Amino acid sequence: MYDFIINFSYLVASVLFIFGLKGLTHPRTAVRGNLLGACGMLLAVIVTLTDRHIVSYEYIILGMVVGGAIGAVLALRIEMTSMPEMVALLNGFGGAASIFVAGAALIEGSSLTDSPILQLTIATAASGLIGAVTFWGSLVAFGKLKGLISENAVLFSGQQVINSILAVLVLGLSIGVVLNPESFSLYWMLVGVASILGVLLVLPIGGADMPVVVALLNSYSGLAAAATGFVLSNNVLIITGSLVGASGIILTHIMCKAMNRSLTNVLFGVMGTSGEGGQTADEVYGGKVKSASPEEVALLFDAARRVAIIPGYGMAVSQAQHPVASLAALLESRGTTVEYGIHPVAGRMPGHMNVLMAEADVPYDSLKDMDDINQTIDQVDVVLVIGANDVVNPLARTDPSSPIAGMPIIDVDKAKIVVVIKRSLSPGFAGIPNPLFALDNSLMLFGDGKKMILDIITALKDS
Amino acid sequence: MEMFLMSFTVFVLAIFVGFEVITKIPPTLHTPLMSGSNAISGITLVGAIVSTGTELWVTTVLGFLSVVLASINVIGGFMVTNRMLAMFKKKN
Repeated sequence: MYDFIINFSYLVASVLFIFGLKGLTHPRTAVRGNLLGACGMLLAVIVTLTDRHIVSYEYIILGMVVGGAIGAVLALRIEMTSMPEMVALLNGFGGAASIFVAGAALIEGSSLTDSPILQLTIATAASGLIGAVTFWGSLVAFGKLKGLISENAVLFSGQQVINSILAVLVLGLSIGVVLNPESFSLYWMLVGVASILGVLLVLPIGGADMPVVVALLNSYSGLAAAATGFVLSNNVLIITGSLVGASGIILTHIMCKAMNRSLTNVLFGVMGTSGEGGQTADEVYGGKVKSASPEEVALLFDAARRVAIIPGYGMAVSQAQHPVASLAALLESRGTTVEYGIHPVAGRMPGHMNVLMAEADVPYDSLKDMDDINQTIDQVDVVLVIGANDVVNPLARTDPSSPIAGMPIIDVDKAKIVVVIKRSLSPGFAGIPNPLFALDNSLMLFGDGKKMILDIITALKDS
Repeated sequence: MEMFLMSFTVFVLAIFVGFEVITKIPPTLHTPLMSGSNAISGITLVGAIVSTGTELWVTTVLGFLSVVLASINVIGGFMVTNRMLAMFKKKN
């Protein structure tokens, strides 16, 4: 009867998690969905605390208080621009928790019976392996996002060979753990080697690809939890782990598609070096780039009936999201239609740009996906590109030899007038010039994003 | 073996449910989705609690570490997700 109540509660918790995720299908129901998920977690924790194997509570309570406090401080303090770092850290913590729980289960299992069953040992090896790769990979991703480790791809000779040797070693140690579950040192050796592998796998991946890596590690952290579920024969862990695993894989796929690259290419390939055979910056820009003043741009906005704003991460770097939102509000109060076009990789993680705009009080229904905005972009009078470069580069459509060839872009060049706010003509992550800046219908507004937007607002108000 | 098959069945079916539900989540909410999934993957806390409460001191230490880590995920994940989602709600 007791087991029945526990397992039934776990089932209810799993259902609440699924309803919680379902709530995320619309911003209106999302807050309630998140609360449902939290209720599921509370239920699962409360029934687990009644487990009869528990002999003392002091360390459990202490751990929950310490962890909860750290989590709460992180959640309240984190800047929205730093969300990718926070998610990277949480991915890593999830992986590390799985390592320790599986390790503890291995010790308990061996002390209870002479030969733990095969499911337990295989799953333990998987938890240790995936958990360690997730934890260390996430720490490297965190370091890269935070700028503690070089954002560039760190490459050294023999990298592939070393990784292959480590992979073989990990496989051998996993088999060792499965065959000799009573030898705990083998498990920790597996965790150690998998840790090195985790570091070396993420180190060579460049900063531009971090959205993919963070999404993939999100998936791994779910798989680590699912593996721990197999260790403990606990369905709520298996179900939740699978949900998170599926979510991470879907997001990884979306990010890869948005950059027109395969996952293998992101993980093991280096982004093509800037277009051999492609044109140099001088050939593309020479004498054709027109620069404008904030006052001239204000006149354009004054006459426009339909405006689209295309934000890139550069906008967030110069903290221009609030001024951009005020400019949009000002234009709307004058009867101009304003919408935002959000490229999937505009931010530094999936959906990042939407959160940054939501923080600046931009209503979510004026944030359009790339596909939606592209359908109507030819009817737009003025497009304002701020802090974005590669995601609006028409070379992706026109030059098959370009490193971004085939990447879906926002077709801003089809709008009547394009205004680009940028500090200089320097290239984006792809390292190639952008012919958009030299088009007849383009105007460059050189300067800091935030200052330029504020200048445009002042000029609009004066006119 | 039978137990494994039972667990594996649950695993495969849950992945299908995950795919069905998550493909319907709009890109606008992908960041809260990730932090929210961090929160629910803190469910490892359930296993960590039992390990911490046992008599063996080794498992208590390992359990304690994982209780701390999983609690960071649960509390940090749900709270930061709630913070973000509240921003989406505000204007509408």
